[in-house]
Amino acid sequence: MSRSKTRNLVLTTALAAALAWVSPVLAAESDPDATVNIGSLYEPQNLDNTAGAGQGINEAFNGNVYEALFRLTDAGTVEPSLAKDTKVSEDGLTYTFTLQSGVTFHSGAPLTSKDVKFSIERVTAEASKSSRKNSLKTITGVETPDDATVVVKLASRSISLPYNLSYVWIANDEATDFQSKEDGTGPYALQEWRRGSSLAIARFDKYWGEKPKNAEVVFQYFTEATALNNALLTGAVDIITSVQSPDSLAQFKDNPEFTVSEGKSTTKLLLAYNDRVAPFDNVKVRKALARGIDDAKLLKAVWGDYGTLIGSFVPPTDAWYADLTKVDAYDPESAKALLKEAGYPDGFTFTIDTPNYDPHPIAAQFIQSELAKIGVKVEINVITANEWYTKVYKAHDFQATLQEHVNHRDIVFYGNPDFYWGYNNPKVVDLIKQAEASATEAEQTEKLKEANTIIAEDAASNWFYLYPQIVVSKATVSGYPLNGLNSQFFAYGITKAE
Amino acid sequence: MSVVITAVILFVLLRLLPGDPANALVSVGADAAQIEAARKQVGSDLPLYEQFLRFAGSLARFDLGQSFVSGAPVLDEIGKRLIVTVPLTLMAFVVAIAIAVPLGILSVIRQNRWYGALISVISQLGIAIPVFWIGILLVTVFAVNLRLFPSGGFPSRGWLVPGKALQSLVLPVATIAMVMSASLIRYVRSATQDVLGSDYLRTARALGATFTEALIRHGIRNGAVPVISVLGIELASTLLGAVVVERVFALPGLGSMLLLGIEQRDYPNVQGVLFVSTLLVLLVGFAADLIQRLIDPRLRGRISGGGA
Repeated sequence: MSRSKTRNLVLTTALAAALAWVSPVLAAESDPDATVNIGSLYEPQNLDNTAGAGQGINEAFNGNVYEALFRLTDAGTVEPSLAKDTKVSEDGLTYTFTLQSGVTFHSGAPLTSKDVKFSIERVTAEASKSSRKNSLKTITGVETPDDATVVVKLASRSISLPYNLSYVWIANDEATDFQSKEDGTGPYALQEWRRGSSLAIARFDKYWGEKPKNAEVVFQYFTEATALNNALLTGAVDIITSVQSPDSLAQFKDNPEFTVSEGKSTTKLLLAYNDRVAPFDNVKVRKALARGIDDAKLLKAVWGDYGTLIGSFVPPTDAWYADLTKVDAYDPESAKALLKEAGYPDGFTFTIDTPNYDPHPIAAQFIQSELAKIGVKVEINVITANEWYTKVYKAHDFQATLQEHVNHRDIVFYGNPDFYWGYNNPKVVDLIKQAEASATEAEQTEKLKEANTIIAEDAASNWFYLYPQIVVSKATVSGYPLNGLNSQFFAYGITKAE
Repeated sequence: MSVVITAVILFVLLRLLPGDPANALVSVGADAAQIEAARKQVGSDLPLYEQFLRFAGSLARFDLGQSFVSGAPVLDEIGKRLIVTVPLTLMAFVVAIAIAVPLGILSVIRQNRWYGALISVISQLGIAIPVFWIGILLVTVFAVNLRLFPSGGFPSRGWLVPGKALQSLVLPVATIAMVMSASLIRYVRSATQDVLGSDYLRTARALGATFTEALIRHGIRNGAVPVISVLGIELASTLLGAVVVERVFALPGLGSMLLLGIEQRDYPNVQGVLFVSTLLVLLVGFAADLIQRLIDPRLRGRISGGGA
């Protein structure tokens, strides 16, 4: 590090005075052996993305430590990763993948088709707790004709297979401990994990692809946003992966030492009704509540000038997005009229189960005061995330709940009548099923767009806004991903000039 | 006996919390079968008495089990946390005594001077101000503005880099020490007042000792006895009370492990932390007793008297 510092100094002295425009070039003169410190609020609970590790494990490990057959890029496209070549049979039921050659695991073992079979079956296994298990259930078998070829057989067409496989980490089939160790093929290998504090990954020298532009990445974990911001202010971390409150941005925004960038997120805030129970089984009631709440005002209150309003569950980054914010737009008068038509001229009372962490409690209070104006009384029941799973998710014992949904492409939940919100429209169930069985992406897009529109017209839930994805870094650091789709944070392109 | 009672209370209280430890293992998208599998894995599908028998059985073997969420052995994890929490607490404790004893005595023997009064005022303030606020204040001044110390965190290589580890503990130690010394000053103060009014001090003075001599030879020894029992309680409560400071400074200590464990209903972790800290508290109480007996021969007499 000291060597490159000297080099920078020499360059600076020689050029700075005469060639002011060279400065971007100088900034690019980065230290290839730098340690990049990333500050995050999402410490993984264990190191296995199939066992409730939380979004933090995707942030630290996806694409960095583990790779999959495909990779979801920061722009949202799906590209080949460990699968060099893919052939799909005419009927769409057989996928033949040819693996990249010269790939080794961090333990030194070479990648073979058996590892891929093992890794896919780990997710689809009976005991797997992966939330992705359902999307892979169409897989009927994985065959390994030779070391470099994997054949995946399906029961029905699955246009999202490459996308879904981008979550299936390819691990060495000899590995046994996935919760505290790793054996992936990524550009970094796990170095040290100090629970409650930090996770360090170091450049893997035998990596098959392009070498990372830094030598080591340390994720520093915080439980308090203020402590995280202070760490960036004092130089203890170089980047904050996602800023959780607009208040803290002021100290970075007008300071030339820092860069503030806004990307696209997939995190949606919504009020989910229990569509099975009265009065929420009545579409008029749901539409009335949608019209009774001023989404723009809520977004402004929570996020200031950041964030994006949404009229359904689909973010603008998806191909099947349509601007549906006009459907049931804010209109308290027509909300009252609709309530009357639905048989509730004097309104009614219901309870919102509200997670106890930001922004849910504030949002609940806002909704309470908005709905009071159309005669609907809201009671707020604050619960922990853990209770939410027992009460709302499993037992469906709720009237309405506020919740943030982080995942990408999760519109499919509306095609599952058993899902916690109990939305059941056979047409939508059918469309979502057909979309998955599409032969082309155009067909898939068309089907999902139609489903998306119906869901919005049905006011299946009440969607408010998309969280902003704000990354703040030191000005000397660049090359990091902005969008954080599915919480990924590819670290290999990050450069740090000192 | 107190250990057994602790174990039972722990078990019952934890089970009274709504929620399920299995929830920490699933995420949105999991189906009913997967949730059942998770419950089976952590044993929350078993009847309560069976859960208790398992818990008591492993406790008897001093096996604290494995975390439901991370799969890591609880005892290992506690060990890693203790090497942060114990130095933090002990250093804060020493610093607090170093501040509180001289200031407490001074505030009595110089109570008519301006600084005697000032000490009382500051100690009142210190008791009233919440600990997290002092923490944030210290961070703003000494970390963010002056850049003298890190604002938080603990080096990932821990005590292998002792300089950095110590540096990261300076502000947390200062925070705890300030709060702790504020209340200690008051105890030292009242103990000193008792001593000053005592007959033996007057006798010592009458026998020709100067005021300072008398105070050091007889006063401190006598005054220390009640102060030490308070110190024991303070130390014990700080071991777990460090949780707020650990949160403000993002330190991977015992308190933050407990807090996260409760949020996730990670019973083995919570039980383990509480169990170990109960042991620590008992140990500290025992140590305080021993020290008191060393200082005050009359207490030793009480023990042998009780045995006879």
